[in-house]
Amino acid sequence: MSFAVARGREQSTISGNLDPALEHCQISARNFNFYYGKFHALKDINLDIYKNRVTAFIGPSGCGKSTLLRTFNRMYQLYPEQRAEGQLLMDGRNVLDRDIDLIDLRARVGMVFQKPTPFPMSIFENIAFGVSMHEKLPRGLMQERVEWALRKGALWDEVKDKLNQSGMSLSGGQQQRLCIARCIAVKPDVILLDEPTSALDPISTARIEELITELKKDFTIAIVTHNMQQAARVSDYTAYMYLGELIEVGPTDGIFIKPKNKATEDYITGRFG
Amino acid sequence: MNLRARRKLINSTALMLSMTAMAFGLFWLLWILFEVLRLGVGGLSPDLFTKMTPPPGGDGGLLNAIAGSLVMVGLATFVGTPIGILAGIYLAEYGQRGWLGAVTRFINDILLSAPSIVIGLFVYAILVIQMKGFSGIAGVVALALLVIPVVVRTTENMLLLVPNSLREAAFALGAQKWKVICLVTARAARAGIVTGVLLAVARIAGETAPLLFTALSNQFWTINLLEPMANLPVTIFKFAMSPFVDWQRLAWAGVFLITMGVLALNIIARVLFKEEIKR
Repeated sequence: MSFAVARGREQSTISGNLDPALEHCQISARNFNFYYGKFHALKDINLDIYKNRVTAFIGPSGCGKSTLLRTFNRMYQLYPEQRAEGQLLMDGRNVLDRDIDLIDLRARVGMVFQKPTPFPMSIFENIAFGVSMHEKLPRGLMQERVEWALRKGALWDEVKDKLNQSGMSLSGGQQQRLCIARCIAVKPDVILLDEPTSALDPISTARIEELITELKKDFTIAIVTHNMQQAARVSDYTAYMYLGELIEVGPTDGIFIKPKNKATEDYITGRFG
Repeated sequence: MNLRARRKLINSTALMLSMTAMAFGLFWLLWILFEVLRLGVGGLSPDLFTKMTPPPGGDGGLLNAIAGSLVMVGLATFVGTPIGILAGIYLAEYGQRGWLGAVTRFINDILLSAPSIVIGLFVYAILVIQMKGFSGIAGVVALALLVIPVVVRTTENMLLLVPNSLREAAFALGAQKWKVICLVTARAARAGIVTGVLLAVARIAGETAPLLFTALSNQFWTINLLEPMANLPVTIFKFAMSPFVDWQRLAWAGVFLITMGVLALNIIARVLFKEEIKR
């Protein structure tokens, strides 16, 4: 654990220099509301997610952080009783617009889920699956892409000799890195991570956290986590949510060292939640 | 009696009751298998697979009945499986909400529990009477109608067992719905779907009533689907009811063949399903 704490400090000195005014926006939520049927799950969210930064969403269960994440790629649309109102701006366009092409949107905004979800096919095909939805690559280029994605996902060395084995034969941590690599292979701008380490052991978790720090050079990352140390270790910005409202958002250092809001402080110090 | 002793007593009573129930079921099953083996093995000979069904007192086998059964069961499976799988996919992936799915599911359940003799009479009315004669094709239709609801049901159930997270993961990569179904969900449920098809085959292999009204039987060799066609179940029915000892022996041999076939299909289905789960 001391290792983790040390890394946390190192991280915070980096994020100490962050200034929201100098950042480039990747996604901006404006007066954003979300409903599960009649239940008002997200209330007037206003928030910016910055390019090449890791933004962490924390808060007690049921506060709406996963719900918010799932609107960025319009995942909620699989379920007819769920609907969103307001604006989610990405490159000046509202993601919620009817004429937004969902397939293109999901090519730009990838997602990794809580439980590893390898498809019932080989490791190679797992990676190639997403790519082939958007690009027609000849065999050779596809092989290069798969290798590139697996290297980015820090999995290449472990699987390079068994690309034809089932993705399900990997360990839990490897499966999750496979899912991250699968997401990277599509070359999205944004990667959404919905509690990506909550089903993993501490060593696998540490590897994924290292990976996240590595990946933010190329991608914008939004991560939902129940683990506050994790938020402190990997994120540049942190958003604290409670009962569907965004209570406080800012550079992770600020949120953890001197939160402006009493509720945030109570949650972070463990007095509540 | 103290709590601990009471708990143990309840535990052992429940265990005993379920063991008894298991033994009761197993007893009859093993007895059936034993009788089939005892009486069927006597009729086994190379003639069974090389000669046609004989006249009473004559020398013969079951070749035409075996071939007829294989042709009709094979064709019925060939016709019924795609329809059943597609309908099952519709129910699981598109028809979870809305009235069409609910209605389809309800009708399928009725079809699933309909007595096979009803199906036989139905095909008799719409095909045999129209065609003015019993035919293999009518037998195929009747058997296919029995295959479809079984395959629909198992396909739907197996697809519903595929966790939603897998679907979401595929959608999140920007896959279209039909690609998600074909490449991910159906693939994940493959073993279960194949198992369902095998069990449907096992079910129709022994069906007698629907064939009695449709394919009837044939003393001679034919693979012409427009003629009455020999098959194992009806031949067994006819031979077993006859007063002739050699016919009765052939009937038992036929029963043995069907039982072993169905047993084999069940074992294959089980092994297949287990293998896939382990992977």
